Amino acid sequence: MSVVETKGLTYTYPSAGKPSLRDVSLAVEKGEFAILTGPSGCGKTTLCRCFNGLIPHFYSGELKGNLRVADLNVNEHTIGEMARRVGLVFQNPENQLFALSVEKDVAFGLENLGMPRGQMLERVDWALDMTGIEDLRERAPHELSGGQQQRVAIASVLAMQPEIIVFDEPTSFLDPLGAQKIFEVISELNRKLGITVILVEHRLDLAARYANHVIIMDEGRIALDGEPREIFNSEQAWLLGVGIPKSVRLWRLLEENGIDLKGIPISSDEATQRLKEVLWR
Amino acid sequence: MIEVKDIRFTYPTGVEALKGVSLSIKDGEFVAIMGQNGAGKTTLVKNFNGLLKPATGEVLVDEVSTRHVSVAKLARTVGFVFQNPDHQLFSETVEEEIAFALRNFGFDQATVEKRVTWALNLLDLTDYRKTSPFMLSGGERKRVALASVLAWDPKVVILDEPTIGQDHRQKEKLRQFIVQLNEQGKTVVIVTHDVEFVAECNPRVVLMKDGKIIADGEAKRILTNTTLALEASIVPPQIAQIFHGLTFLGLPSDVIDVSEAKKILVEYFQEHRR
Amino acid sequence: MSVFEGFRFRHVTSPVHNRDPRIKFLFVIAMFVVTIFFTELLPLLVLFFLPLPFVLIAGVRREWLRSLRGAVFLASFIFVFNFVFGYLYRSYPTTTTLLEYSLALTLRFLVLVESFSIFFLTTSPDHLSLALEQSHIPYEFTFAFTTAVRFVPVLAEEAQTIMDAQKARGLELERGNFLKRVRNYIPILIPLIVSAIRRSLELAEAMESRAWGSSPKRTNLYVLKIKLGDFVLLLLAIILLALGIYVRYFVQIPQFSTFLPPLPF
Repeated sequence: MSVVETKGLTYTYPSAGKPSLRDVSLAVEKGEFAILTGPSGCGKTTLCRCFNGLIPHFYSGELKGNLRVADLNVNEHTIGEMARRVGLVFQNPENQLFALSVEKDVAFGLENLGMPRGQMLERVDWALDMTGIEDLRERAPHELSGGQQQRVAIASVLAMQPEIIVFDEPTSFLDPLGAQKIFEVISELNRKLGITVILVEHRLDLAARYANHVIIMDEGRIALDGEPREIFNSEQAWLLGVGIPKSVRLWRLLEENGIDLKGIPISSDEATQRLKEVLWR
Repeated sequence: MIEVKDIRFTYPTGVEALKGVSLSIKDGEFVAIMGQNGAGKTTLVKNFNGLLKPATGEVLVDEVSTRHVSVAKLARTVGFVFQNPDHQLFSETVEEEIAFALRNFGFDQATVEKRVTWALNLLDLTDYRKTSPFMLSGGERKRVALASVLAWDPKVVILDEPTIGQDHRQKEKLRQFIVQLNEQGKTVVIVTHDVEFVAECNPRVVLMKDGKIIADGEAKRILTNTTLALEASIVPPQIAQIFHGLTFLGLPSDVIDVSEAKKILVEYFQEHRR
Repeated sequence: MSVFEGFRFRHVTSPVHNRDPRIKFLFVIAMFVVTIFFTELLPLLVLFFLPLPFVLIAGVRREWLRSLRGAVFLASFIFVFNFVFGYLYRSYPTTTTLLEYSLALTLRFLVLVESFSIFFLTTSPDHLSLALEQSHIPYEFTFAFTTAVRFVPVLAEEAQTIMDAQKARGLELERGNFLKRVRNYIPILIPLIVSAIRRSLELAEAMESRAWGSSPKRTNLYVLKIKLGDFVLLLLAIILLALGIYVRYFVQIPQFSTFLPPLPF
């Protein structure tokens, strides 16, 4: 069952000369962890904004084609209505936090929805627990590190219990360790709660291991769409200049030299394992 | 070129960011200052161009102490490219933006024009000469910021987190550019937490933690040291992680480059085939 | 950027901090009204020292003194102005009564400053925004206030970064005549403004994505409840008001100048 389904999606920003999305057709199934990547300017961020209705409701301009997210036709529902089913976490942690305490920020969306207080308190507790930031409850956003802020942003989106959460380059401003922690949180939400994840990322060496679906865009179009290992191995992926994980590069170089690792490793652990099996008998 | 002598620095908020740091950077070196966010990397490099003055200790740039020299004067020697280009861009055209610093330093009009053309060319921005910097994409704005600093040809170039928000191809171009700058004789200092980027450049690495330098040496030696990585809270490069699990086979552990990794593994495979 | 230090609210609690901001505000209004009643030195002196126990209980003595110090300049101006003009136009019987009157007016100004400053010193921004939310002011305004407070330290830091970035390109902010100095701030202001505009766009996106405006009746995570201490404070405010009215209309207020010898001039 597809949580996200688009057919022939085309969109041009009001002041732009050419379309940012051209005839985009893709499907993401329920419970998937999909990575969306591609060179800068390929349209990934624009596509994210379509998923929760920011396009076409916040950004004017015509959205042509079909787009259904969580059973709702984006053109026919307000962003507020979409927000109950689709969450969007942005790149800059600082500009997603409004309140003067973490607790209040996590409750922000729920307050907007007019949820009764008792239920809100439960949801806030739950979201803080799921993202591992219970101890930051009363802190002010400015005191937190980038990684902590981003976890607060995730908790605030999670509190609304959406079916699918879209993450638009959430680790851009974080160091690799901070990024890893965020990916682990996202992965947990996907595995434990069954939330469908669409993650836009450049740092494939850190994120690839969690994905079971990879989509690569280029110049507004879908260039590649499929299973991670076959995508990373494809000629086109290499030509597009996407940050293919080093483990895959190594696999390729070894294959060219007659060493068969019997499977494409998309993480360093996997690479080590396969190398052990081949080199040590 | 830059001599740091046991400096300490505390921010007005009370945070002690540098707790006794000593460092020596020679003319023409390529150094990467690494460590977790908050380790003191940016604080350290801000002492190189006088934006911050140490509470105790001294910083010598070209044998002159930074303590009594203005930032404007030090900037002639030490160029600093900030992380976010939007914190610098304010002019009506890219041309004006690049000329800004040149005019501040008192270059005459003819020299300004020459240098602007040179910088535009260097960063592939000639087509955008008369464009407003605010109309450019993120990557292009970064190039404008870089051009505006290189225009006055400082001896030292400091880049603060140059790879943030860049896609793979942009990082590749940047890497080649930085290496080229260094080969042309500039002293290049990058502050970064991007281990993969550093692994591909293989510069000298200065690793910081909690306001102190905990390691200083060759990239491949430091980035593959798991104890250090744990202490400094950094993630080793993928290739290093892969080889870490293979040391029991007798393979070397200080590998960070993909091509080198391939060579070693192919050799090992062929040897043990027989 | 020490001006902005005041916005970094320290997490202090005290019986005064914990009082409902709305009641505290009513008390401040009561003080304000009673202060306006008087131009005599004696009652104003009493009013000046009245908030002192609150200051001590709340532990904000240092900040309170600092805010008074800030008002000294304007206060001395008020004193000089009243004294000089009163003297020139001979509107007072003796110089000592004029002196007393000028001092009283100065003190009145200080009391007004003091009462408002104590309110802000003992009310955290989130407590204040909560009070605003519950006081039937449209949520848009409260939100604007809270967001502004939340971003003050962020903007302050950004301004510092921008100054650093431009200084590193040879911009000298300290040199030159007045006109040149003002012009030198353009490379600081433009990036700051552009950044603020970008930031507000990102904030708007995030707000929309979290269902902003989707429900006509917005609920609240916290609720301010009036407690015993608040009733006590309210009572104090009413007593203050009543006493003030009584003294104003029924009591003959002694003047200090009647006990002092007249001045030679």
